[in-house]
Amino acid sequence: MEKVIRLQPPIDDEQVRLLKAGDRVLITGTIYTGRDAAHKRLVDLLDQGKELPIPIKGQIIYFVGPAPAKPGHAIGSAGPTTSYRMDPYSPRLLAEGLKGMIGKGGRSPEVKAAIQKYNGLYFAAVGGAGALLSQRIKKAEIVAYEDLGPEAIRRLEVEDFPVVVVNDIYGNDLYEQGVAAYRRD
Amino acid sequence: MREMSVDHITSTVARLCKEANYFLGNDMLSALEKAVEVEESPTGRTILKQLQENAAIAAADQIPICQDTGLAVVFLELGQDVHLVGGELEAAVNEGVRQGYGEGYLRKSSCHPFTRKNIGDNTPAIIHCRIVPGDQLKITIAPKGGGSENMSKVVMLKPADGVAGIKKQVVEWVAQAGGNPCPPTIVGVGIGGTFERAALLAKESLLREVGSRNPDPELARLEEELLVEINKLGVGPQGLGGRVTSFAVHVKMLPCHIASLPLAINIQCHAARHKEAVL
Repeated sequence: MEKVIRLQPPIDDEQVRLLKAGDRVLITGTIYTGRDAAHKRLVDLLDQGKELPIPIKGQIIYFVGPAPAKPGHAIGSAGPTTSYRMDPYSPRLLAEGLKGMIGKGGRSPEVKAAIQKYNGLYFAAVGGAGALLSQRIKKAEIVAYEDLGPEAIRRLEVEDFPVVVVNDIYGNDLYEQGVAAYRRD
Repeated sequence: MREMSVDHITSTVARLCKEANYFLGNDMLSALEKAVEVEESPTGRTILKQLQENAAIAAADQIPICQDTGLAVVFLELGQDVHLVGGELEAAVNEGVRQGYGEGYLRKSSCHPFTRKNIGDNTPAIIHCRIVPGDQLKITIAPKGGGSENMSKVVMLKPADGVAGIKKQVVEWVAQAGGNPCPPTIVGVGIGGTFERAALLAKESLLREVGSRNPDPELARLEEELLVEINKLGVGPQGLGGRVTSFAVHVKMLPCHIASLPLAINIQCHAARHKEAVL
């Protein structure tokens, strides 16, 4: 049985150093949602020298725009969205102390460099498994940008939320390594 | 001439929006089952099993398979002997989308392109209507997520590029898309027609049952050859490496201009959703 590592944000540099691409991680505790429009607003605030509406140091942002919750459910389907669209913003947030990002799909060289420079991690969750992943989210509350609807920033309480490390501080990339292992020329 | 109330269209569209998003088709469930058997990557197999479990949870709880419940793409085949009464066709379809996405707890994803302000009810639907013989109306709802739609393109090839050029474009494009469109995917390919027709052919090809054979032997062979090449790429489930990058390649083709070779590639994620009804 493969080793599974447990993480509870906020996380520090020492915890980041211990993780490598391919490690399976279960996250329990508080994480924040944020995707395209919310990222733009966060970086605009930083550009203006203003305070962010959420704590960022040591935290994890999940790139997701959940479906509305049915009565009796904490949240609707909530799988990851494609991460490259957040590439223009992520290095700035990592510089501010963000430690983790959860999404799907590859990141730009700039983001990978920022992950190494600022001691961050990029995790993948299974895209399109939104119904399954929603069961690991126990609580969801909008904390900023309610006008953005599905794109509003939510504080999530998660339990054993399953992710895999894709990019680590050592420059590894699970997408590149995985594809190279199975490619047939 | 048969009279048909547009209210009937609205209620049917609303129902199909919900059903398409909750219940993955049997063809996709079979494709997942087969993929679990052939996938060599342990990570890939784990992911495919999670997708099977996900589909079962979505169906049991009647919640969306994927949070991206898409823009509502609506195909209408309207019999020329149907007389619609009680309102406008497009308004009736949009009202159905509004109701279905509202009542069904589906995500509203349509927004203003510049301000990105959410429209709030997932309208307007993307409506494609054809007038056909008969006195019936066939409605197909195919919610299309943004992740896979973003990994799509139209390219105007030169006639000299030929079939080899088409194959090269498709395989390279799927490789470049990597994990972004949520593989395993279905690759929709539209060849010929004009710029906009090629795109529509690619999208229409995604409605064909996965696992079915193209009735045109020439295109069936092309589909098989493309699938073999694509599944050599190693992209695998979620792009994390593996044998099963795509479940199927679907090609639709029409004659084109003597100067042109239009090619459209429309990628569909594994949450390949569509439901239809005939009124």
